[in-house]
Order: sequence, then structure tokens, then C-alpha cells
Amino acid sequence: MTRVGVLALQGDVREHVAALTVAGAVPVEVRRPTDLEGLDGIVLPGGESTTMGKLLRIFELLGPLRSLLAGGLPAYGTCAGMILLASEIVDGRRDQELLGGLDITVRRNAFGSQVHSFEADLDVAGVGTVHGVFIRAPWVERAGPEVEVLASVGEHPVAVRQGHLLATSFHPELTGDERMHAFFVRRLVAQAEGGAS
Amino acid sequence: MNTTGTPLVKRGMAEQLKGGVIMDVVTPEQARIAEDAGAVAVMALERVPADIRRDGGVSRMSDPDMIDGIKAEVTIPVMAKARIGHFVEAQVLQAIGVDYIDESEVLTPADYAHHIDKTVFTVPFVCGATNLGEALRRISEGAAMIRSKGEAGTGDVSQATTHIRTILGQIKKLTTMDSTELFEAAKELRAPIELVRETAELGRLPVVLFTAGGVATPADAAMMMQLGADGVFIGSGIFKSGDPAARARACVEATAYYQDAERIAKVSRGLGEAMVGIAVDSLGAGDLLANRGW
Repeated sequence: MTRVGVLALQGDVREHVAALTVAGAVPVEVRRPTDLEGLDGIVLPGGESTTMGKLLRIFELLGPLRSLLAGGLPAYGTCAGMILLASEIVDGRRDQELLGGLDITVRRNAFGSQVHSFEADLDVAGVGTVHGVFIRAPWVERAGPEVEVLASVGEHPVAVRQGHLLATSFHPELTGDERMHAFFVRRLVAQAEGGAS
Repeated sequence: MNTTGTPLVKRGMAEQLKGGVIMDVVTPEQARIAEDAGAVAVMALERVPADIRRDGGVSRMSDPDMIDGIKAEVTIPVMAKARIGHFVEAQVLQAIGVDYIDESEVLTPADYAHHIDKTVFTVPFVCGATNLGEALRRISEGAAMIRSKGEAGTGDVSQATTHIRTILGQIKKLTTMDSTELFEAAKELRAPIELVRETAELGRLPVVLFTAGGVATPADAAMMMQLGADGVFIGSGIFKSGDPAARARACVEATAYYQDAERIAKVSRGLGEAMVGIAVDSLGAGDLLANRGW
């Protein structure tokens, strides 16, 4: 039984819970520090990253989650979740709370406002062709040397992996395609459980 | 090939707002307070509903300069209101790049028979509804998000309660019907059968359902969430209160932790005065904004 948490402070939690179930994991909604106990991985959903950052601090999840991620807990962030995992942001709020861990710089709302939100097919390394839904999405402006770029739109990476951390600027949870979640569960989470890198 | 303005992109945007609070703001300073408090979006308008109600007269789309000022101040989505049926106000709001349009009964209607054809726009729309039929008609016109209507600008939550209970109660009833009964239900609801079937199968609306109108306290917000709303709009309730920053923060926390009475109690302390408000039963039928929309 692979237990994967979904940070349930705000955002499209229900969709991630459904996708993880189809991908063969047992989803657990995470609202308080005790919910983090016994997790094999965690998903940071889409939503508003400024709101989630504030709620992480108010509900005393910021510190515990940071240490779990630093200790190797596998995590997958979509859209706002990617921003939370980034080590640096541009065009965000200066005081915005981040979990960090991924050696990337992201640009918030990089493609523009909602009228520029779009759908596009992408080739994601290790997964195949994925239909990406980009909603006021960020992109990766800089990726560190340890970061593997799995997919890009134009010259901008939109899916990245660094060891136990995975992030996409698009929302596979909205399309009913569980392959990104299965990739996370079967590759990143299973690897961490097996003790391999 | 990138495609914009699809139903998935429009509805998906609203999915990202779930569990959050959307606040009415009239200045960039208020927008900053809302974002600092953890609002998931702001609604930019010239007067909050309480003032629209007090001042009377015709209420219209806000000045684009005013909306631009708010857009420049925050990184969260900025919504703006167009009058019911006023498709050119909607075109203008799309042209200036707002993230969501609220075709709103709070403004004076521009058309007493038709709503905007929202399918032809790239920008998504949220619309109000007092019952399931109204919600499904709005969705069939292209609305990508529904908010139950309360009685805006009153600080009286009773109408919001009635309308969210009505919508969710009608959905519950649909889920018990067989395929034959759904045809009759569609007729009664004056809604397309395909949407009625989809709603019955899902056991919820095919789009996100927020609630709005009269929410003034953290307990009001949490009550709407416990009743089954996906999130909350707060109009006059924050910036017509004694300490807007504290009340805004408290409402965000109460919405996120709506099932935790101890936390709601904690955030409800020392917020200063709530908006004074008007009891809905003291208003005449002609003063009710929720009756606008057809």
C-alpha cells in the first residue's frame, strides 16, 4: 500500500485524489502536521501559490514539510505546486513562502493572464505524449545542473525532475490521464521505498 | 498547436480556486490587503454591493483604468463584473485581460430577456444562480463556474443559505431518478437534458460551485463550505467592517479549515465590528438583487 498525501489547503485536491487512486496509490488529504505521518510521497496540487504559502505557515506545515522533502520524501507539484517546490521565483511576491528543494527558478503566470491559458500536446520524457492543460501557468526560467528537463514549450521547460522531486507547470489531474501520477508513484515513490536513487 | 479558451481551460481555472475566498476590492490598496490575507482572487469593482444598494442609480462595468490599477498591484487572478446581457462590456473586459468575468445581478441588467453568449469568449465567466435550473441554463450558455446568489450587500447570509441548499438539494434529487424521470426533470428545470444527465451522474454540477451574497463573518464562510460550496465570494463583508485585514485573514482560514470549530473560534476573536448590514426580510421584493437573471 503506497500512501501518497495531497496537500489539501486549497486548490484542485479532488482531481489529484482521483488520479492517484487510478494510479494505484492510496491518497491521503493533508491539512495538519499529523497528516504527514507515514506518507510515502506527497502531491502539491494546483491552486494559488500565494494562498497555499500563507496557509502552510498559518497551519504549521511549512517547517515539517521542508524537513520531510529535504529528507527525501518524494513530491510532485503541478502549477502552484511547482512554484512551491522551486528554490527561486521571479515575478512573484517578494515575501512568498516556498518549500524549495528543486534547483529551478520559475516565472509565475509566465504565459500571461487567463485569456492566454491553453491546451497543447507535449512529449514528456519517460511518459510519452501528454495532453497538457496550462492555466495561468508558470515556466522554468533556469534549471540547475542536477535538474532533468522532461518537457518544454518552446524553449521553456514545463516538466522537470530532480531526484525525488517532480514538477509540471501543466495539470494532468484535469484530463483524466493518470500517467504522470503513475510515473510519480511507480518511479519516484517506488525508488525511494526501494532505497535506490 | 496551442489552443486557448477551451471549456477545459475555462473550467479548470475555477478548479484552481476551490477552497478559497474571492474578495471584492475597489482600490489597489484593498487588493493588496486581500492578497496578503490569502485571497485566491479579487473582484475589481467601483463600489461594493452595500454602496450600490445605498446609492441606487444604474450600476455598470468598472473603468478599465481602475481594473488595470488593481491588476498591476497583485499576482492573484483579477475578476471583474459585466452587466447581465451586456456582451460589449464583456468584450471590453476580455480585451483588457481580466482573468474571469462575473455576469452579475449586482449590476443593473442590460438585457431583461437574454444573458451573454459566453461560449464565444476566450475569457471564462462565472454566473449567479438561485436554483439548479438557473445554474444549468448559465452553464449551457458557457459559464465555467457558478456561484449561488445570496442577497449581495446586506451582510445577511440567509439568502445564500437558501440558494446553496436549493441547488444542492435539487442535485441530490436528480441522482435518485432513472433515465425516464430525467427527461421530465429537464423540462421542469428548463435546462438541456445532456447537462441534467451529466449532473445526475456526477452528483454535483459539472463546474465549480462557489457561494456569494451576505457572507460577513468567518463562521458564515465556514457554514457555506459545510453546506457544500467549493469556495466563497465575500463582497461588502470585508471592507465594510472595522478591521478589514484581520477579517480577511480570518475568513481565509475559516474557509480552509471549515470543519474545525476550534480554529474558527480562534480566528473569530477580536475582529472588531462586522458590517452593519440589512436584514433581508426588511427589503421589498423590488430591492432583491437575486431576482435578476432569467
